[in-house]
Amino acid sequence: MTYVRGSAKRPDPSRSPARQAGVLAVILKGTLAGAAGPPPENPSVPGAGPMIHPSDPPSAPPTPPVVSARDLTKRFSGTLAVDGLSFDVGAGEIYGLMGPNGAGKTTTIAMLLDLITPTSGEIRILGETYPKGRERILSRVNFSSTYVSLPLRLTVWENLRVFAALYGVRRPRERIRELLERFEIEATAGKRVGDLSSGQKTRVYLAKALLNEPAILFLDEPTASLDPDIADKTRGILRDIRREQGATVVITSHNMAEMESLCDRILFIERGRRLVEGPPREILERFGRATLEEVFLQVARREREPA
Amino acid sequence: MNVARMGALTLRYFYLYRSSLPRLLEQLYWPVVDLLVWGFVTIYLRQFEGTLPNFLAFFLGGLILWDILFRSQVGVSVAYLEEVWSRNLLNLFVSPLRPVEFIGASMTIAIMRVGFTATVTLVIAWAFYGFNAFVMGAWLGLFMGSLILMGWAMGIFISSLIMRFGQGAESLAWGLIFLVQPVAAVFYPVEVLPTALQHVSQFIPAAHVFEGMRQVLDGAGPPTGHLVWAYGLNAVYLAASLTFFYATLREAKREGRLLRVGE
Repeated sequence: MTYVRGSAKRPDPSRSPARQAGVLAVILKGTLAGAAGPPPENPSVPGAGPMIHPSDPPSAPPTPPVVSARDLTKRFSGTLAVDGLSFDVGAGEIYGLMGPNGAGKTTTIAMLLDLITPTSGEIRILGETYPKGRERILSRVNFSSTYVSLPLRLTVWENLRVFAALYGVRRPRERIRELLERFEIEATAGKRVGDLSSGQKTRVYLAKALLNEPAILFLDEPTASLDPDIADKTRGILRDIRREQGATVVITSHNMAEMESLCDRILFIERGRRLVEGPPREILERFGRATLEEVFLQVARREREPA
Repeated sequence: MNVARMGALTLRYFYLYRSSLPRLLEQLYWPVVDLLVWGFVTIYLRQFEGTLPNFLAFFLGGLILWDILFRSQVGVSVAYLEEVWSRNLLNLFVSPLRPVEFIGASMTIAIMRVGFTATVTLVIAWAFYGFNAFVMGAWLGLFMGSLILMGWAMGIFISSLIMRFGQGAESLAWGLIFLVQPVAAVFYPVEVLPTALQHVSQFIPAAHVFEGMRQVLDGAGPPTGHLVWAYGLNAVYLAASLTFFYATLREAKREGRLLRVGE
Protein backbone atom coordinates (compact mmCIF):
# COMPACT_ATOMS: atom_id res chain seq x y z
CA MET A 1 0.00 0.00 0.00
CA THR A 2 1.31 3.40 -0.93
CA TYR A 3 0.97 6.52 1.09
CA VAL A 4 1.05 9.49 -1.27
CA ARG A 5 2.23 12.70 0.32
CA GLY A 6 -0.52 15.23 0.70
CA SER A 7 -3.33 12.84 -0.13
CA ALA A 8 -6.55 13.71 1.66
CA LYS A 9 -7.40 10.19 2.65
CA ARG A 10 -4.84 8.08 4.34
CA PRO A 11 -5.11 4.37 4.62
CA ASP A 12 -5.75 2.99 8.04
CA PRO A 13 -2.27 1.86 9.04
CA SER A 14 -3.58 -0.81 11.33
CA ARG A 15 -5.10 -2.55 8.30
CA SER A 16 -2.10 -2.09 6.05
CA PRO A 17 -0.74 -5.38 4.76
CA ALA A 18 2.70 -3.85 5.10
CA ARG A 19 2.14 -3.22 8.76
CA GLN A 20 0.76 -6.68 9.22
CA ALA A 21 3.84 -8.05 7.56
CA GLY A 22 5.96 -6.05 9.95
CA VAL A 23 7.82 -4.38 7.09
CA LEU A 24 6.49 -0.84 6.64
CA ALA A 25 5.37 -0.20 10.14
CA VAL A 26 8.25 -1.53 12.09
CA ILE A 27 8.15 0.28 15.35
CA LEU A 28 11.33 0.94 17.23
CA LYS A 29 11.72 0.20 20.83
CA GLY A 30 9.77 2.89 22.65
CA THR A 31 11.12 2.01 26.02
CA LEU A 32 14.70 2.94 25.48
CA ALA A 33 15.64 1.92 28.95
CA GLY A 34 14.71 -1.14 30.86
CA ALA A 35 13.64 -3.46 28.04
CA ALA A 36 13.05 -7.00 29.17
CA GLY A 37 15.08 -9.26 26.91
CA PRO A 38 16.34 -8.50 23.40
CA PRO A 39 13.49 -8.24 20.88
CA PRO A 40 14.13 -9.02 17.20
CA GLU A 41 16.21 -6.63 15.12
CA ASN A 42 14.32 -3.99 13.17
CA PRO A 43 14.52 -5.09 9.52
CA SER A 44 13.61 -1.82 7.79
CA VAL A 45 15.76 0.62 9.67
CA PRO A 46 19.31 -0.73 9.66
CA GLY A 47 21.11 -0.03 12.86
CA ALA A 48 17.98 1.23 14.50
CA GLY A 49 18.02 -1.43 17.15
CA PRO A 50 15.33 -3.73 18.42
CA MET A 51 11.78 -3.71 17.14
CA ILE A 52 8.97 -2.87 19.53
CA HIS A 53 5.23 -3.09 19.47
CA PRO A 54 3.32 0.21 19.59
CA SER A 55 1.28 -0.98 22.54
CA ASP A 56 4.41 -1.32 24.66
CA PRO A 57 4.25 0.99 27.68
CA PRO A 58 5.72 4.45 27.25
CA SER A 59 9.10 5.25 28.71
CA ALA A 60 8.97 6.57 32.24
CA PRO A 61 9.59 10.29 32.59
CA PRO A 62 12.40 11.37 34.92
CA THR A 63 9.93 13.20 37.17
CA PRO A 64 6.30 12.53 38.18
CA PRO A 65 4.10 12.91 35.09
CA VAL A 66 2.02 16.06 34.63
CA VAL A 67 0.73 14.95 31.22
CA SER A 68 -0.39 11.37 30.67
CA ALA A 69 -1.94 9.96 27.54
CA ARG A 70 -3.13 6.36 27.39
CA ASP A 71 -4.21 4.61 24.19
CA LEU A 72 -5.14 7.98 22.74
CA THR A 73 -7.00 7.46 19.46
CA LYS A 74 -8.64 9.90 17.08
CA ARG A 75 -10.52 8.86 14.01
CA PHE A 76 -11.96 11.41 11.58
CA SER A 77 -14.61 9.83 9.34
CA GLY A 78 -12.59 6.79 8.41
CA THR A 79 -9.15 8.38 8.71
CA LEU A 80 -7.10 7.35 11.68
CA ALA A 81 -5.16 10.46 12.78
CA VAL A 82 -3.88 9.18 16.13
CA ASP A 83 -3.68 5.50 16.81
CA GLY A 84 -3.38 4.29 20.39
CA LEU A 85 -0.74 6.79 21.47
CA SER A 86 0.55 6.50 25.05
CA PHE A 87 3.12 8.74 26.68
CA ASP A 88 3.96 10.55 29.89
CA VAL A 89 5.56 13.95 30.27
CA GLY A 90 7.30 14.62 33.55
CA ALA A 91 7.17 17.84 35.56
CA GLY A 92 9.77 20.29 34.30
CA GLU A 93 10.54 18.30 31.16
CA ILE A 94 10.88 19.79 27.70
CA TYR A 95 9.17 17.15 25.62
CA GLY A 96 9.16 17.20 21.84
CA LEU A 97 6.59 15.76 19.46
CA MET A 98 8.19 14.98 16.14
CA GLY A 99 7.05 13.44 12.92
CA PRO A 100 6.29 14.09 9.26
CA ASN A 101 3.34 16.26 8.18
CA GLY A 102 0.12 14.44 8.95
CA ALA A 103 1.77 12.25 11.58
CA GLY A 104 -0.74 13.39 14.22
CA LYS A 105 1.29 15.91 16.26
CA THR A 106 -1.17 18.79 16.02
CA THR A 107 -4.15 16.50 16.62
CA THR A 108 -2.39 15.15 19.70
CA ILE A 109 -1.71 18.62 21.11
CA ALA A 110 -5.29 19.66 20.27
CA MET A 111 -6.60 16.69 22.26
CA LEU A 112 -4.35 17.60 25.18
CA LEU A 113 -5.89 21.10 25.10
CA ASP A 114 -9.51 19.88 24.75
CA LEU A 115 -9.83 21.37 21.27
CA ILE A 116 -10.50 17.92 19.87
CA THR A 117 -12.36 15.14 21.69
CA PRO A 118 -10.53 11.81 21.44
CA THR A 119 -12.37 8.88 19.93
CA SER A 120 -11.00 6.77 22.77
CA GLY A 121 -8.24 6.76 25.34
CA GLU A 122 -7.48 8.78 28.41
CA ILE A 123 -5.81 12.11 29.00
CA ARG A 124 -4.73 13.23 32.44
CA ILE A 125 -3.20 16.67 32.88
CA LEU A 126 -1.98 17.87 36.27
CA GLY A 127 -3.96 14.97 37.72
CA GLU A 128 -7.24 16.13 36.16
CA THR A 129 -9.31 14.94 33.21
CA TYR A 130 -11.58 16.64 30.67
CA PRO A 131 -14.33 17.78 30.73
CA LYS A 132 -14.71 17.82 34.53
CA GLY A 133 -11.39 19.52 35.22
CA ARG A 134 -11.34 21.71 32.09
CA GLU A 135 -11.35 25.07 33.81
CA ARG A 136 -8.72 24.06 36.39
CA ILE A 137 -6.48 22.52 33.72
CA LEU A 138 -6.72 25.40 31.26
CA SER A 139 -6.05 28.04 33.89
CA ARG A 140 -2.70 26.33 34.60
CA VAL A 141 -1.56 25.67 31.03
CA ASN A 142 -1.10 27.86 27.99
CA PHE A 143 -0.54 27.54 24.29
CA SER A 144 1.14 29.34 21.44
CA SER A 145 1.32 28.57 17.77
CA THR A 146 2.66 30.38 14.78
CA TYR A 147 -0.60 29.51 13.08
CA VAL A 148 -2.83 31.17 15.68
CA SER A 149 -2.99 34.93 15.85
CA LEU A 150 -4.18 37.64 18.20
CA PRO A 151 -6.62 40.41 17.23
CA LEU A 152 -4.60 42.50 14.80
CA ARG A 153 -6.37 45.81 15.41
CA LEU A 154 -5.67 45.75 19.13
CA THR A 155 -2.32 46.96 20.43
CA VAL A 156 0.14 44.55 22.01
CA TRP A 157 -0.67 45.99 25.43
CA GLU A 158 -4.45 45.72 24.91
CA ASN A 159 -4.15 42.11 23.76
CA LEU A 160 -2.01 41.10 26.70
CA ARG A 161 -4.30 43.00 29.09
CA VAL A 162 -7.32 41.04 27.79
CA PHE A 163 -5.60 37.68 28.17
CA ALA A 164 -4.21 38.61 31.58
CA ALA A 165 -7.81 39.20 32.66
CA LEU A 166 -8.96 35.91 31.08
CA TYR A 167 -6.31 34.02 33.06
CA GLY A 168 -6.91 36.02 36.23
CA VAL A 169 -3.29 37.23 36.35
CA ARG A 170 -2.49 39.18 39.50
CA ARG A 171 -0.70 42.49 39.00
CA PRO A 172 -1.18 42.30 35.22
CA ARG A 173 0.67 45.55 34.43
CA GLU A 174 3.86 44.33 36.08
CA ARG A 175 3.58 40.91 34.50
CA ILE A 176 3.05 42.33 31.01
CA ARG A 177 5.97 44.75 31.40
CA GLU A 178 8.20 41.92 32.60
CA LEU A 179 7.31 39.74 29.60
CA LEU A 180 7.71 42.55 27.07
CA GLU A 181 11.19 43.19 28.46
CA ARG A 182 12.05 39.52 28.45
CA PHE A 183 11.17 39.19 24.77
CA GLU A 184 12.74 42.57 23.94
CA ILE A 185 9.51 44.00 22.54
CA GLU A 186 8.84 46.84 25.02
CA ALA A 187 8.78 49.32 22.13
CA THR A 188 5.86 47.51 20.52
CA ALA A 189 3.51 47.84 23.52
CA GLY A 190 1.48 50.67 21.96
CA LYS A 191 1.55 49.31 18.43
CA ARG A 192 -1.20 47.33 16.79
CA VAL A 193 -0.34 43.64 16.43
CA GLY A 194 -1.18 43.90 12.73
CA ASP A 195 1.63 46.44 12.28
CA LEU A 196 4.34 44.18 13.71
CA SER A 197 6.85 42.05 11.82
CA SER A 198 6.20 38.31 11.90
CA GLY A 199 9.07 37.85 14.36
CA GLN A 200 7.64 40.46 16.70
CA LYS A 201 4.20 38.90 16.42
CA THR A 202 5.57 35.49 17.38
CA ARG A 203 7.21 36.99 20.46
CA VAL A 204 3.94 38.66 21.44
CA TYR A 205 2.17 35.29 21.09
CA LEU A 206 4.81 33.72 23.32
CA ALA A 207 4.40 36.53 25.84
CA LYS A 208 0.66 35.82 25.86
CA ALA A 209 1.43 32.13 26.46
CA LEU A 210 3.53 32.96 29.51
CA LEU A 211 1.14 35.47 31.11
CA ASN A 212 -0.30 33.03 33.63
CA GLU A 213 3.08 31.46 34.50
CA PRO A 214 1.80 28.15 33.14
CA ALA A 215 2.71 24.84 34.73
CA ILE A 216 2.60 23.36 31.22
CA LEU A 217 3.27 25.23 28.02
CA PHE A 218 2.15 23.76 24.71
CA LEU A 219 4.02 25.21 21.74
CA ASP A 220 3.30 24.43 18.10
CA GLU A 221 6.21 25.53 15.91
CA PRO A 222 7.07 28.43 18.23
CA THR A 223 10.13 29.63 16.33
CA ALA A 224 8.93 29.02 12.76
CA SER A 225 9.03 32.68 11.72
CA LEU A 226 11.91 33.91 13.86
CA ASP A 227 15.38 34.80 12.65
CA PRO A 228 18.17 32.62 14.07
CA ASP A 229 19.15 35.18 16.71
CA ILE A 230 15.64 35.66 18.12
CA ALA A 231 14.91 31.94 17.77
CA ASP A 232 18.00 31.19 19.85
CA LYS A 233 16.97 33.75 22.47
CA THR A 234 13.50 32.24 22.56
CA ARG A 235 14.95 28.80 23.22
CA GLY A 236 16.99 30.37 26.00
CA ILE A 237 13.83 31.86 27.49
CA LEU A 238 12.11 28.48 27.40
CA ARG A 239 15.04 26.92 29.25
CA ASP A 240 14.95 29.77 31.78
CA ILE A 241 11.23 29.33 32.34
CA ARG A 242 11.74 25.66 32.98
CA ARG A 243 14.57 26.41 35.41
CA GLU A 244 12.86 29.29 37.22
CA GLN A 245 9.24 28.10 37.30
CA GLY A 246 9.72 24.37 36.87
CA ALA A 247 7.41 24.65 33.87
CA THR A 248 6.86 21.70 31.56
CA VAL A 249 7.06 22.38 27.83
CA VAL A 250 5.45 20.22 25.16
CA ILE A 251 6.72 21.39 21.80
CA THR A 252 6.40 20.51 18.12
CA SER A 253 8.85 21.82 15.57
CA HIS A 254 10.24 20.95 12.18
CA ASN A 255 13.52 22.53 13.21
CA MET A 256 15.42 19.35 14.03
CA ALA A 257 18.45 21.11 15.48
CA GLU A 258 16.13 22.99 17.81
CA MET A 259 14.45 19.80 18.97
CA GLU A 260 17.81 18.16 19.48
CA SER A 261 19.21 20.98 21.59
CA LEU A 262 16.05 21.85 23.51
CA CYS A 263 14.23 18.63 24.32
CA ASP A 264 14.92 16.28 27.21
CA ARG A 265 12.93 13.59 25.45
CA ILE A 266 11.30 13.27 22.07
CA LEU A 267 8.32 11.26 20.94
CA PHE A 268 8.61 10.42 17.27
CA ILE A 269 5.16 9.85 15.80
CA GLU A 270 4.52 8.15 12.51
CA ARG A 271 0.99 7.76 11.13
CA GLY A 272 -0.45 8.52 14.52
CA ARG A 273 1.57 5.86 16.29
CA ARG A 274 4.52 5.98 18.60
CA LEU A 275 7.63 5.15 16.62
CA VAL A 276 10.29 5.89 19.17
CA GLU A 277 10.57 7.82 22.40
CA GLY A 278 13.55 8.93 24.41
CA PRO A 279 16.32 11.50 24.82
CA PRO A 280 17.60 12.82 21.45
CA ARG A 281 21.04 11.27 21.94
CA GLU A 282 19.56 7.82 22.46
CA ILE A 283 17.36 8.17 19.39
CA LEU A 284 20.42 9.05 17.32
CA GLU A 285 22.26 6.03 18.67
CA ARG A 286 19.32 3.77 17.98
CA PHE A 287 19.02 4.90 14.38
CA GLY A 288 22.77 5.10 13.92
CA ARG A 289 22.48 8.64 12.62
CA ALA A 290 24.39 11.81 13.41
CA THR A 291 21.46 14.23 13.55
CA LEU A 292 17.73 14.17 14.15
CA GLU A 293 17.27 15.57 10.67
CA GLU A 294 18.80 12.40 9.22
CA VAL A 295 16.49 10.31 11.40
CA PHE A 296 13.53 12.37 10.26
CA LEU A 297 14.43 11.99 6.60
CA GLN A 298 14.92 8.27 6.99
CA VAL A 299 11.50 7.82 8.56
CA ALA A 300 9.65 10.28 6.33
CA ARG A 301 11.06 8.90 3.08
CA ARG A 302 10.51 5.32 4.10
CA GLU A 303 6.90 6.22 4.91
CA ARG A 304 6.35 7.66 1.46
CA GLU A 305 7.87 4.71 -0.38
CA PRO A 306 5.70 1.88 -1.63
CA ALA A 307 5.71 -0.96 0.83
CA MET B 1 -7.64 42.76 -22.84
CA ASN B 2 -7.11 39.03 -22.61
CA VAL B 3 -10.46 37.25 -22.89
CA ALA B 4 -8.94 33.90 -21.93
CA ARG B 5 -7.69 35.29 -18.63
CA MET B 6 -11.05 36.91 -17.99
CA GLY B 7 -12.65 33.58 -18.78
CA ALA B 8 -10.32 31.82 -16.36
CA LEU B 9 -11.27 34.17 -13.54
CA THR B 10 -14.97 33.88 -14.42
CA LEU B 11 -14.55 30.13 -14.19
CA ARG B 12 -12.96 30.61 -10.76
CA TYR B 13 -16.09 32.48 -9.54
CA PHE B 14 -18.38 29.94 -11.17
CA TYR B 15 -16.61 27.15 -9.27
CA LEU B 16 -16.90 29.18 -6.06
CA TYR B 17 -20.64 29.80 -6.45
CA ARG B 18 -21.32 26.26 -7.56
CA SER B 19 -19.73 24.87 -4.41
CA SER B 20 -21.21 27.40 -1.98
CA LEU B 21 -24.88 27.10 -1.19
CA PRO B 22 -24.94 30.28 0.99
CA ARG B 23 -23.55 32.36 -1.90
CA LEU B 24 -26.02 30.85 -4.33
CA LEU B 25 -29.01 31.44 -2.07
CA GLU B 26 -27.95 35.04 -1.51
CA GLN B 27 -28.74 35.72 -5.16
CA LEU B 28 -32.41 35.00 -4.48
CA TYR B 29 -32.58 35.99 -0.88
CA TRP B 30 -32.71 39.79 -0.99
CA PRO B 31 -35.07 40.17 -3.95
CA VAL B 32 -37.53 37.75 -2.31
CA VAL B 33 -37.30 39.42 1.13
CA ASP B 34 -37.73 42.92 -0.35
CA LEU B 35 -40.67 41.82 -2.45
CA LEU B 36 -42.41 40.25 0.54
CA VAL B 37 -41.90 43.17 2.95
CA TRP B 38 -42.75 46.00 0.58
CA GLY B 39 -45.54 44.00 -1.07
CA PHE B 40 -47.29 43.62 2.28
CA VAL B 41 -46.68 47.29 3.11
CA THR B 42 -48.38 48.21 -0.19
CA ILE B 43 -51.39 46.00 0.60
CA TYR B 44 -51.68 47.65 4.02
CA LEU B 45 -51.52 51.17 2.60
CA ARG B 46 -54.04 50.35 -0.15
CA GLN B 47 -56.59 49.23 2.47
CA PHE B 48 -56.68 52.76 3.86
CA GLU B 49 -56.14 54.69 0.61
CA GLY B 50 -53.96 57.34 2.17
CA THR B 51 -56.11 57.92 5.27
CA LEU B 52 -54.17 55.67 7.59
CA PRO B 53 -54.05 57.14 11.10
CA ASN B 54 -50.72 57.29 12.89
CA PHE B 55 -48.88 56.00 9.83
CA LEU B 56 -45.73 58.04 10.53
CA ALA B 57 -45.59 56.86 14.13
CA PHE B 58 -46.19 53.23 13.12
CA PHE B 59 -43.55 53.42 10.43
CA LEU B 60 -40.84 55.23 12.39
CA GLY B 61 -41.55 53.24 15.55
CA GLY B 62 -41.24 50.05 13.50
CA LEU B 63 -38.03 51.24 11.90
CA ILE B 64 -36.39 52.15 15.23
CA LEU B 65 -37.45 48.96 17.01
CA TRP B 66 -36.49 46.78 14.05
CA ASP B 67 -33.01 48.24 14.15
CA ILE B 68 -32.75 47.31 17.84
CA LEU B 69 -33.50 43.68 16.99
CA PHE B 70 -31.05 43.77 14.08
CA ARG B 71 -28.19 45.35 16.13
CA SER B 72 -28.71 42.93 18.99
CA GLN B 73 -28.46 39.91 16.69
CA VAL B 74 -25.54 41.27 14.67
CA GLY B 75 -23.73 42.24 17.89
CA VAL B 76 -23.69 38.62 19.10
CA SER B 77 -22.87 37.05 15.71
CA VAL B 78 -20.14 39.53 14.82
CA ALA B 79 -18.47 39.09 18.22
CA TYR B 80 -17.94 35.45 17.23
CA LEU B 81 -16.92 36.38 13.68
CA GLU B 82 -14.35 38.90 14.98
CA GLU B 83 -12.53 36.00 16.67
CA VAL B 84 -12.72 33.94 13.49
CA TRP B 85 -11.39 36.78 11.33
CA SER B 86 -8.52 37.49 13.70
CA ARG B 87 -7.66 33.76 14.12
CA ASN B 88 -8.01 34.26 17.86
CA LEU B 89 -10.66 31.64 18.53
CA LEU B 90 -8.18 28.94 19.55
CA ASN B 91 -6.54 31.29 22.05
CA LEU B 92 -9.94 31.73 23.67
CA PHE B 93 -10.87 28.05 23.60
CA VAL B 94 -7.59 27.02 25.28
CA SER B 95 -8.12 29.61 28.00
CA PRO B 96 -10.27 28.93 31.10
CA LEU B 97 -13.05 30.96 29.46
CA ARG B 98 -16.27 28.93 29.48
CA PRO B 99 -18.50 28.97 26.39
CA VAL B 100 -21.31 30.55 28.38
CA GLU B 101 -18.94 33.35 29.43
CA PHE B 102 -18.02 33.90 25.81
CA ILE B 103 -21.71 34.19 24.94
CA GLY B 104 -22.29 36.48 27.92
CA ALA B 105 -19.56 38.84 26.69
CA SER B 106 -21.09 38.81 23.19
CA MET B 107 -24.48 39.72 24.67
CA THR B 108 -22.94 42.56 26.65
CA ILE B 109 -21.27 44.05 23.60
CA ALA B 110 -24.55 43.63 21.68
CA ILE B 111 -26.39 45.69 24.32
CA MET B 112 -23.75 48.41 24.06
CA ARG B 113 -24.16 48.49 20.28
CA VAL B 114 -27.95 48.64 20.63
CA GLY B 115 -27.72 51.46 23.18
CA PHE B 116 -25.48 53.51 20.93
CA THR B 117 -27.60 53.05 17.79
CA ALA B 118 -30.94 53.48 19.57
CA THR B 119 -29.83 56.77 21.12
CA VAL B 120 -28.85 58.17 17.72
CA THR B 121 -31.98 56.98 15.89
CA LEU B 122 -34.36 58.17 18.64
CA VAL B 123 -32.79 61.62 18.55
CA ILE B 124 -32.91 61.81 14.73
CA ALA B 125 -36.57 60.65 14.65
CA TRP B 126 -37.48 63.36 17.15
CA ALA B 127 -35.36 66.14 15.58
CA PHE B 128 -36.19 65.52 11.91
CA TYR B 129 -39.67 63.99 12.00
CA GLY B 130 -41.08 65.16 15.32
CA PHE B 131 -41.61 61.55 16.40
CA ASN B 132 -41.11 61.05 20.11
CA ALA B 133 -40.81 57.32 20.77
CA PHE B 134 -41.08 57.98 24.49
CA VAL B 135 -44.81 58.56 24.09
CA MET B 136 -44.93 54.78 24.46
CA GLY B 137 -43.78 55.28 28.04
CA ALA B 138 -42.48 52.26 29.96
CA TRP B 139 -43.76 49.96 27.22
CA LEU B 140 -40.91 51.18 25.02
CA GLY B 141 -38.38 49.69 27.45
CA LEU B 142 -40.26 46.39 27.53
CA PHE B 143 -40.47 46.30 23.72
CA MET B 144 -36.75 46.98 23.45
CA GLY B 145 -35.94 44.33 26.06
CA SER B 146 -37.90 41.70 24.19
CA LEU B 147 -36.27 42.55 20.86
CA ILE B 148 -32.81 42.42 22.45
CA LEU B 149 -33.56 38.94 23.81
CA MET B 150 -34.77 37.76 20.41
CA GLY B 151 -31.64 39.26 18.81
CA TRP B 152 -29.46 37.35 21.27
CA ALA B 153 -31.24 34.07 20.53
CA MET B 154 -30.84 34.54 16.79
CA GLY B 155 -27.23 35.71 17.20
CA ILE B 156 -26.28 32.59 19.15
CA PHE B 157 -28.05 30.39 16.59
CA ILE B 158 -26.20 32.08 13.72
CA SER B 159 -22.82 31.86 15.50
CA SER B 160 -23.46 28.13 15.88
CA LEU B 161 -24.16 27.83 12.15
CA ILE B 162 -20.90 29.66 11.37
CA MET B 163 -19.06 27.29 13.72
CA ARG B 164 -20.66 24.35 11.90
CA PHE B 165 -20.36 25.52 8.28
CA GLY B 166 -17.29 27.77 8.51
CA GLN B 167 -16.63 31.29 7.37
CA GLY B 168 -18.53 30.70 4.12
CA ALA B 169 -21.70 31.08 6.20
CA GLU B 170 -20.78 34.50 7.57
CA SER B 171 -23.32 36.30 5.38
CA LEU B 172 -25.98 34.76 7.63
CA ALA B 173 -24.86 37.20 10.31
CA TRP B 174 -26.34 40.08 8.31
CA GLY B 175 -28.99 38.30 6.30
CA LEU B 176 -30.84 35.63 8.27
CA ILE B 177 -32.77 38.08 10.42
CA PHE B 178 -34.42 39.53 7.31
CA LEU B 179 -36.00 36.16 6.67
CA VAL B 180 -38.04 36.88 9.79
CA GLN B 181 -38.93 40.45 8.78
CA PRO B 182 -41.96 39.68 6.55
CA VAL B 183 -43.64 37.64 9.30
CA ALA B 184 -42.50 39.97 12.11
CA ALA B 185 -45.09 42.50 10.90
CA VAL B 186 -42.72 45.41 11.39
CA PHE B 187 -44.47 47.92 9.11
CA TYR B 188 -47.97 46.42 8.87
CA PRO B 189 -50.28 44.46 11.16
CA VAL B 190 -50.26 40.67 11.23
CA GLU B 191 -53.79 40.62 9.76
CA VAL B 192 -52.33 41.81 6.43
CA LEU B 193 -50.46 38.54 6.05
CA PRO B 194 -51.94 35.47 4.36
CA THR B 195 -53.54 33.14 6.91
CA ALA B 196 -50.71 30.61 6.85
CA LEU B 197 -48.12 33.32 7.58
CA GLN B 198 -50.33 34.73 10.34
CA HIS B 199 -49.97 31.40 12.13
CA VAL B 200 -46.19 31.54 11.67
CA SER B 201 -46.02 35.08 13.04
CA GLN B 202 -47.63 33.94 16.31
CA PHE B 203 -44.34 32.20 17.03
CA ILE B 204 -42.18 35.24 16.29
CA PRO B 205 -41.56 37.34 19.44
CA ALA B 206 -40.95 40.45 17.33
CA ALA B 207 -44.41 40.15 15.74
CA HIS B 208 -45.96 40.46 19.21
CA VAL B 209 -43.73 43.45 19.97
CA PHE B 210 -44.73 45.30 16.79
CA GLU B 211 -48.40 44.48 17.29
CA GLY B 212 -48.04 45.78 20.86
CA MET B 213 -46.33 48.93 19.63
CA ARG B 214 -49.20 49.73 17.27
CA GLN B 215 -51.68 48.99 20.06
CA VAL B 216 -49.92 51.49 22.37
CA LEU B 217 -49.53 54.17 19.68
CA ASP B 218 -53.24 53.77 18.83
CA GLY B 219 -54.16 54.16 22.49
CA ALA B 220 -55.90 50.78 22.36
CA GLY B 221 -54.89 49.67 25.84
CA PRO B 222 -51.87 47.93 27.39
CA PRO B 223 -50.23 45.25 25.22
CA THR B 224 -49.84 42.84 28.15
CA GLY B 225 -50.89 39.74 26.22
CA HIS B 226 -48.47 40.41 23.39
CA LEU B 227 -45.60 41.01 25.81
CA VAL B 228 -46.29 37.81 27.75
CA TRP B 229 -46.17 35.89 24.47
CA ALA B 230 -43.03 37.71 23.34
CA TYR B 231 -41.08 37.11 26.55
CA GLY B 232 -42.30 33.52 26.80
CA LEU B 233 -41.19 32.74 23.26
CA ASN B 234 -37.86 34.49 23.87
CA ALA B 235 -37.21 32.27 26.89
CA VAL B 236 -37.84 29.18 24.77
CA TYR B 237 -35.70 30.41 21.85
CA LEU B 238 -32.82 31.48 24.08
CA ALA B 239 -32.77 28.08 25.77
CA ALA B 240 -32.94 26.36 22.36
CA SER B 241 -30.17 28.48 20.84
CA LEU B 242 -27.87 27.88 23.83
CA THR B 243 -28.52 24.14 23.60
CA PHE B 244 -27.79 24.27 19.88
CA PHE B 245 -24.56 26.23 20.48
CA TYR B 246 -23.28 23.67 22.99
CA ALA B 247 -24.26 20.76 20.76
CA THR B 248 -22.47 22.39 17.81
CA LEU B 249 -19.38 23.01 19.94
CA ARG B 250 -19.33 19.36 21.04
CA GLU B 251 -19.61 18.24 17.43
CA ALA B 252 -16.90 20.72 16.35
CA LYS B 253 -14.58 19.20 18.95
CA ARG B 254 -15.38 15.69 17.75
CA GLU B 255 -14.78 16.58 14.10
CA GLY B 256 -11.72 18.79 14.71
CA ARG B 257 -13.50 21.83 13.23
CA LEU B 258 -12.10 24.28 15.77
CA LEU B 259 -8.67 23.81 14.19
CA ARG B 260 -10.05 24.59 10.75
CA VAL B 261 -11.89 27.79 11.65
CA GLY B 262 -11.73 30.26 8.79
CA GLU B 263 -12.26 27.73 6.02
